This record gives sequence, C-alpha cells and structure tokens, in this order.
Amino acid sequence: MSLYSEAFSVEKGDFVTAGEASAKIKRTLKKLGVNSSVIRRVAVSSYEVELNLIIHSLGGQIDFTVTQDDVMLRVTDRGPGIPDIELAMREGWSTAPEEVRVMGFGAGMGLPNMKRNADEFSIQSEVGKGTEIVMKFALAPVR
Amino acid sequence: MVIREIARLLEAEVLVGADKLDQEVDMAFSSDMMSDVLAYVTGSTVLLTGLVNEHVIRTAEMVDLECIVFVRGKKPTSDIIEMAEENGMVLLCTDHTLYCTSGILYSNGLTGVGRRRK
Repeated sequence: MSLYSEAFSVEKGDFVTAGEASAKIKRTLKKLGVNSSVIRRVAVSSYEVELNLIIHSLGGQIDFTVTQDDVMLRVTDRGPGIPDIELAMREGWSTAPEEVRVMGFGAGMGLPNMKRNADEFSIQSEVGKGTEIVMKFALAPVR
Repeated sequence: MVIREIARLLEAEVLVGADKLDQEVDMAFSSDMMSDVLAYVTGSTVLLTGLVNEHVIRTAEMVDLECIVFVRGKKPTSDIIEMAEENGMVLLCTDHTLYCTSGILYSNGLTGVGRRRK
C-alpha cells in the first residue's frame, strides 16, 4: 500500500530548477518521519538522477513512492538511451559536456553513486528509446 | 571542531549563519566537483570549495552539510546566500587557497573525509 506518491517531470537542460524535485522529495520524507540516514541516501540518489535527466536525457520523469516498507524512485526518460551500460556504470566515466563540468558536475560518479546508495538498483536502456532506472530504499534499518 | 574556530583559523568572513557558529563539524572535504561531494560526504562535514554557484548550495542541502567555506576570496551572490540561509547553513569566505585552507584546518586537528567504502 502506498503512503505517498508524486511524479516530477524533469526537462532536458533545465539547470535553473535542478534539485527542486529532490529537495521536495527530501522535505516529504522528513515530514513522514523517515530515518535521516535513509533520507540522505534517497536525496543523494534522487539529485544524481535528476541531474542525469537534465544533462543527458531528452527529458523524463521521477516517480516517487513511499510505502510501509520502502521508498521507491522509478525514473524513466524519452531517450536517447545508453549504448553501453557497463561503461556508464564505471566510476569516472562521463560523457558530460564541458559546460556541465564547469558547474561542478560530470565527474562520472552519478550512476555508481546511485547504485551504492540504494538498497536495490536496476537500470535498463535501449538506444533510440530511453532509459529506466528503479531504486529502492528499505525503511527498516538494513545497514 | 566548532565553526567559530574554523572561521578564526581561516580569518574568514561570515556571510550567513552568524547565529550557528557554535555548531560542531566532525570533518572536512575539499572539492570543486559537486559530483564528488555527493559521492563522498556522509557525515557532519564542512565543505571547502572554490566553486561558487547555486548548485553548491543544492548539493550541500542533499548531503546535510552545515557549513561551506568559499576559498580564494570567492563570494557568492546574494541569491545564493539567501538560498543557504533558507537551508540553515553557515557560509564562510576566506582569502586562503584551497590547499592552504585544508592544511590549516588539518594541522589544527580537523580530519578529512576518508577513503570511500567500495
């Protein structure tokens, strides 16, 4: 049963509002009384994926759901898709353009950092179609 | 180390959060790369950075950073300061470089964020 759910659309290149969805997610979890270390892991992962949508995707959305047992972020975009997921998952690998690096991002830590912070992480991608990432964070202390 | 001591050692200007200088931080992390801040910071940490934009504050918000020191005399604009204030952060500004800022704090007993678990 879902206690809370909300969908955030994130547009390509929208650096001005970058982080707003994640800030909202963080505030919601605080209001729900979720453990602060879980909140931090969700917030970091959400912010990473939000930035990825802005930097790399053609636009997409973050579906945020809280149940009795976990927090889920289901992220889908409208393309362009990742040709080599294994390479994209490697720390330090980045295809971010120079203007993104100047802002302090594009160190090639995003996907691995999401995987490290989430209790469950899955990624599927098809070139020309899009990418789907699902992350789950257990509410019971599992770490 | 309390933030007041950090400010004193760095001869730093307090840009916002003067009422929170008695808060304590356990360690420091130096980086101009916010991606690395997201990947490394996990505890009560002060961020030392030469990067000045709104993404620094947003990143700090996500990892619950209480204090940011802008090095090399860089000063954020008023809307960035306002954003930090809304998030209850302390912003400091020092003329020291990133290396020297880190060295001063480290030699006075403030440890750094260690190597990350794999």
